[in-house]
Amino acid sequence: MLRRVLYIDLDRKESFVEDRYDLFEEWLGGTGVATQLLLEGCPEGADPLSPQAPIIFGIGPLTALFPAMTKTVAAFKSPLNGELGESYAGGRLAMAMRFAGHEAIVIRGAAESPCYISIRDDEVKIKDAASIWGVPATVVGYILRDVEAGVGRRSIIRIGPAGERLVRYAGVVVDTYRHFGRLGLGAVFGSKNLKAIVVSGTEDVEVPDPKRYREIYNQLYKTAVKTDAMEKYHDIGTPINVNVLNQLKGLPTRNFQESSFEEAEKISGEHLADNYLFRRVSCAHCPIGCIHIGMLKTSFSRHHEFEIRKISYDYELIYALGSNLGVTTPEGMLELIEACERQGLDAISTGVVLAWATEALDRGMITEDETLGIPLRWDGVKGYLEAIEKIVKAPNDFYSTLARGVEAASERYGGRDFAMALGGNEVAGYHTGPAFIFGLTVGVRHSHLDNAGYSIDQTAAKKPLTPEEMVDAIIAEDDARGVYNSLIGCLFARGVYTPDKIVEALGSVGIEKTKEDLEILGRKIFEEKYRFKVREGFDLKKLRVPARFYETVSTVGMVDPDTIETMMKIYRERRGWD
Amino acid sequence: MFACSRINTGRASLDRSAIKVKTQGGLEGDFAVVICRACKDPPCVRACPLGALEKREDGRVVFKKDLCDGCGGCADACLIRAISMDAEGKAIKCKHCGACVAFCPHGVLEMEEVEE
Ligand code: SF4
Ligand code: SF4
Ligand code: SF4
Repeated sequence: MLRRVLYIDLDRKESFVEDRYDLFEEWLGGTGVATQLLLEGCPEGADPLSPQAPIIFGIGPLTALFPAMTKTVAAFKSPLNGELGESYAGGRLAMAMRFAGHEAIVIRGAAESPCYISIRDDEVKIKDAASIWGVPATVVGYILRDVEAGVGRRSIIRIGPAGERLVRYAGVVVDTYRHFGRLGLGAVFGSKNLKAIVVSGTEDVEVPDPKRYREIYNQLYKTAVKTDAMEKYHDIGTPINVNVLNQLKGLPTRNFQESSFEEAEKISGEHLADNYLFRRVSCAHCPIGCIHIGMLKTSFSRHHEFEIRKISYDYELIYALGSNLGVTTPEGMLELIEACERQGLDAISTGVVLAWATEALDRGMITEDETLGIPLRWDGVKGYLEAIEKIVKAPNDFYSTLARGVEAASERYGGRDFAMALGGNEVAGYHTGPAFIFGLTVGVRHSHLDNAGYSIDQTAAKKPLTPEEMVDAIIAEDDARGVYNSLIGCLFARGVYTPDKIVEALGSVGIEKTKEDLEILGRKIFEEKYRFKVREGFDLKKLRVPARFYETVSTVGMVDPDTIETMMKIYRERRGWD
Repeated sequence: MFACSRINTGRASLDRSAIKVKTQGGLEGDFAVVICRACKDPPCVRACPLGALEKREDGRVVFKKDLCDGCGGCADACLIRAISMDAEGKAIKCKHCGACVAFCPHGVLEMEEVEE
């Protein structure tokens, strides 16, 4: 039974554990609980980068018990858009928290000087991190591996220089190759002088009825390893989408100026798998293993001195640092991915910001005076690499504005129509149609994973859907994901966990719920998130949709602004907001 | 490592080298070179009870061997493990002299000025 919340206070350098049966009983776990902890722990109107703004991590009742129940949620106030910050990461963190016996962790205050937190079961130590401040996120991983205990069972999460320097879309790297990428958790770490957290534990998880647990486990496992849906994540992985979306005219190219890319084949999942893939790994306790690692052989001096860099790639990264920047070589794209990995930057936001800057330079809204002589142009990998470093170092006003996101940059320099953000969050890699645009607009964290509008559009491309049908599908996903993200499962396995299976799985660990209970809970969780958003100043009415979405053909043809407006009306009605 | 111990201690020794070359574990398994990065606010300096380590204006962190009593506090304080202890129990600490760079034939090591 879940209950324990670990509170860590960086101001006072102390920690304590509290049993919060109340929260877990009502809100299940994961995002349900994390949202409540955020609502109670974050004072209204707090500056997201101030000591008052807490960082919350949560796992759920199925963590470590069932296949692909691998995610940890992070809840915080976003320094990027100033409202709900929420991000999910896999790796080993969820398992490590479970074995350490902490179902949620709340971090408050700020340390005076660089520190990292070491959590081993109930022992919490706040340690000096001055010697690793400024070190790339990738390297911090190897360093802490050698000084901290718990080989094989621990999780190491850390920021890179981008987080330290408060880039508003800096992420947190989790173990190797997973991330709390979106909405700027890395900057929140940086503002607290918090470089890393190491978690490990030795507790077991007991279940009330092992027989029932094993039975339902077997069913779920079988579906997970046998369904085609899962196999696609393992085989080519998410990059399978590059060719698919390219054909469907849904692959954003050169800052959404086009929706198909003439060089897509070269950066496609198939091409990468054939020529660059060298290993696939998985999050702890996942039978799928979707994490694709490519190798990039580069020479670091003349005379054939080589190093092999191992870089994980995914669809969103290929979009953001590939097609959307017009990058035509896998090598160039992998180098850009690695640069983000080292700096600890969210790849999607970085790509969108660079794409906006390239277009703004091209249109003369900014000049090379602003870019400090860096010629930002499509496919100009070298320039992009330099610009990424400058975004982190912020040597002038222009780069420090870029470090605040595309919304801030376009407010300052113009080019709003092609500043590709919705709800203040740089958009993911789809131009599939109205459901994607609308889904990002209303989604709790303005992420494509809130309600998968891109997938609704792809259904509509085969058989047209009415605005009502699209809105209903979005609402259903929004609410259902609130429950799934409380368990917390990997979204790639969502097809395996049907509502019936979720009820059974919960039952086998001693939590009796009906499908109706879960439906109601899903809606309530959504409402609670909106409560936080609205409290922090979010206003759906004020949201802006960049005109570019209406200028470039999508998977379902040209998108009509009226469709979005109609959907908004229906949505408000359905949510009972008018 | 041989260059460091030869030039700075006159011996051939791995243990007396202030630069460490090792393989690293984890999923990537590569070589790693561990070398003092002259921290802005060096924990080793703070850890030394005898003032044997000192942060200089030019950024270097220097070590005065005669003051050191070999407590090992600095080695523990440095997370990157850039300090080790020699057979006499005194600290081995990089002095940023660049001897290793002169003897790296493969372009792996370089000496550069960094601004903070
Ligand atoms: S499918 Fe991928 S991201 Fe999801 S749990 Fe498995 S390895 Fe992790
Ligand atoms: S020895 Fe370690 S702690 Fe001391 S200055 Fe060098 S890197 Fe920093
Ligand atoms: S080993 Fe020597 S230099 Fe290091 S802390 Fe102790 S006395 Fe100071």
